[in-house]
Order: sequence, then structure tokens, then C-alpha cells
Amino acid sequence: MTNLMAIIIGAIFVNNFILTRFLGLCPFFGVSKKTKPAIGMGMSVIFVLTLASMATWLAYTYVLLPMHLEYLQIIVFILVIATLVQFVELFLKKANPVLYKSLGIYLPLITTNCAVLGVALLNVQDNYNFIEAVVFGLSAGIGFTLALLLMSGIRERLELSKVPKAFDGLPIAFIVASLMSLAFLAFSGMIK
Amino acid sequence: MGNFTELFKGLFQENPVFALVLGLCPTLAVSTSLDNAIGMGAAATFVLLCSNIIISLIRKQVPEKIRIPIYIVVIASFVTMASLFMQAFLPELNKALGIYVPLIVVNCIILGRAEAFASRNNAVKSAMDGIGMGVGFTLALALISIIRELLGTGYIKLFGITLIAIPIEPAMIFILAPGALLVMGLLLALFAQVRKKKYEVKCCEVKE
Repeated sequence: MTNLMAIIIGAIFVNNFILTRFLGLCPFFGVSKKTKPAIGMGMSVIFVLTLASMATWLAYTYVLLPMHLEYLQIIVFILVIATLVQFVELFLKKANPVLYKSLGIYLPLITTNCAVLGVALLNVQDNYNFIEAVVFGLSAGIGFTLALLLMSGIRERLELSKVPKAFDGLPIAFIVASLMSLAFLAFSGMIK
Repeated sequence: MGNFTELFKGLFQENPVFALVLGLCPTLAVSTSLDNAIGMGAAATFVLLCSNIIISLIRKQVPEKIRIPIYIVVIASFVTMASLFMQAFLPELNKALGIYVPLIVVNCIILGRAEAFASRNNAVKSAMDGIGMGVGFTLALALISIIRELLGTGYIKLFGITLIAIPIEPAMIFILAPGALLVMGLLLALFAQVRKKKYEVKCCEVKE
């Protein structure tokens, strides 16, 4: 149980996917201009990261390991993730059109997102069991959403403030992210 | 002459990091030291060059609808090669770069060049484009890592040899995560000033 707690706190705060591991920076800067799309993106990422964590763990443990094909993990993971996202998209379209409308547009963006492949690779690297892998995927997604939401709140305010011309747009967003990352640095040391 | 334009455009005018703002994840994550930056740059250049050539050669056989999965499989194969090579011959570099080596697969620069360039041009031009973009990416990584390593540790080392040492109290923050974002933000502001152009985020989106 303490182990799971450590994984949750670690993935959300200490090794936040965006702010310390730099995974998923593209959507972080691309979808953080307004709060509403940020929530939609965050929810889709949580959903996909958890599912991808499960699927790639199963593929690695029950297909690649017994057949000694560990060296194929990069290709297999990326195919599993791409198929999974496509499948989720089709399923949502049929089963829940309302949810599809709010999450659907973000799903294709997530396929080639480093956060998803990153979660799969980290599960293997840290030798997580199935429960740990799922919890890790879920909390990585929550950490991602937390950073994205905070960022979008700040950027909505930033629109109203006077920024030096050279810093307008992306550069100031990087500086803001840097300050947020500095704040998250204070969490390091909470777990070993 | 045309081939050389393809080679040089990636270095400055269309530099993947500072002009197109692509491939942010590895750029920030591995730019802690010059060694790491050059290692990552070399690996990405290798993958870019090989995948550009192969994709350009098969571009007429690839059905339009499933081209993206095919490109991804081609790229993933070369990344696997690069990763196995590093594990075997450069274990220390491999350890330092960690999961960012396999993550070259989802580096948007590579898929972006496959989609935007290699699928429309012949193999020679695509190879030139691959080398140019790869070297441009390496240069950008090296620039960021030089600033971070110098301010964060007080010296710059290349393969164990100290190139420059400055007598300052090292500011650890620059080799930690916030330093990467700060240096990148300041550099982008500098380039925006020089180029007189506002930076917008072009997401890793692949147009379907």
C-alpha cells in the first residue's frame, strides 16, 4: 500500500510528467491557452494513459517476455498504443456521442504523444506489476492534467497583461512553465 | 544546387527546434550536458536520415490511407537499431539518455519530415533533408546544453576533456528541470527579437 502511495505522489508531484520529465510538452503548450479545452485534453490523457498502461503491460508480460522478443518493445508498444487510441475513438463515437464530442478531437493528437509511450517504457524500466502499472498510468495522467490546468489558468490571465514584444506568445509560456517547475521542485525529497 | 539547399535549410531558416518549435521533449530533457546533447543529436540524425531515405523509396507503393502507421513502423525499426547499438557500445550514454532514446520514435521532427518532405521527394533530396534537419536539431541541442552546463556546473566537458571552465559558483538550477524551460524561453525570446516573428505552437498534430 505504501508502495502504491509512493507511486501516486511520485507521478503527480515529484516526477511530474510535464514539469520534470518533459513528456507531452506539445499539448502542454498547444492546448493550454484556455481552461475549457485544457480540461478536455486532460481527461482524454488520463483515460488513454491508464488504458495504454494496461495494454502495453499485458503485451510486454504475456507476449514479448515469454517469446524473448523484448527488443521489439518499441515497435510493439507504438502499434498497441496507436490501435488502442483508434479503437477508443471508434467505440466512443458509437457508444457515447456526447463524450466523443468533448474528447474526440484530442484523441488523434495523443497517439504520437511522448507521454503515452513514456508511461509504457517506464512501466517496463521500473518493473511494475499490473496494479502498479495501472496506478502509475492513472496518476501520471492526473499529474499531466494538473500541470495543464494550472498553466491554462495562468495563460488566461497572461492574455490581459502587457508582455514585452519579444516574449509574446511561446517564450513567456516557457518562462511561466519554468517557474511552475521550480515550485514543483519543492516536492522532491517527499519520496526517495 | 537544389540538393544543397535542402541540406542547409535545416540548419538555420528552418531549424526544427528554434524555427519550427518541434521535438521539445528530448530537447529539454537531455540538454543537461554537451555529451548527452551530441549523443541524442547523432541518434536522431541517424534515424532521420535512414527513415527519410526508406520512406522516399517506398513512397509510390504506400497506400495513402495507411501511410502514417507504415511511417511509424519504419521509424520505430531504425530507433530500435539505434537503441540496441547504444546499449551494446555506449552503455554510459544509453544510461544517461534513458527512455529518451526509444522516445525518438514519437519525436515529431521525424514523422513531420516523413510526412512533409520524404513522401513527396526523391531519395537524394530526402537524404539531404534528413541530414540537414538532424544536424540542425543537434546544433540547437548543443546550444541549449552549452548554456545549461556552463551555468549549472561551471565548465563544459566534451568526452571527458574540459573545454571551458569559468570561475563561478555553479547554479544547480540550470541543470535541473526549471533551468531547461528558462533557457529555452529566453532563447526563443532572443530569436523572436532577431527574426521579428512571433512564435506560435505548432502541435505534433499529423493532419489526417
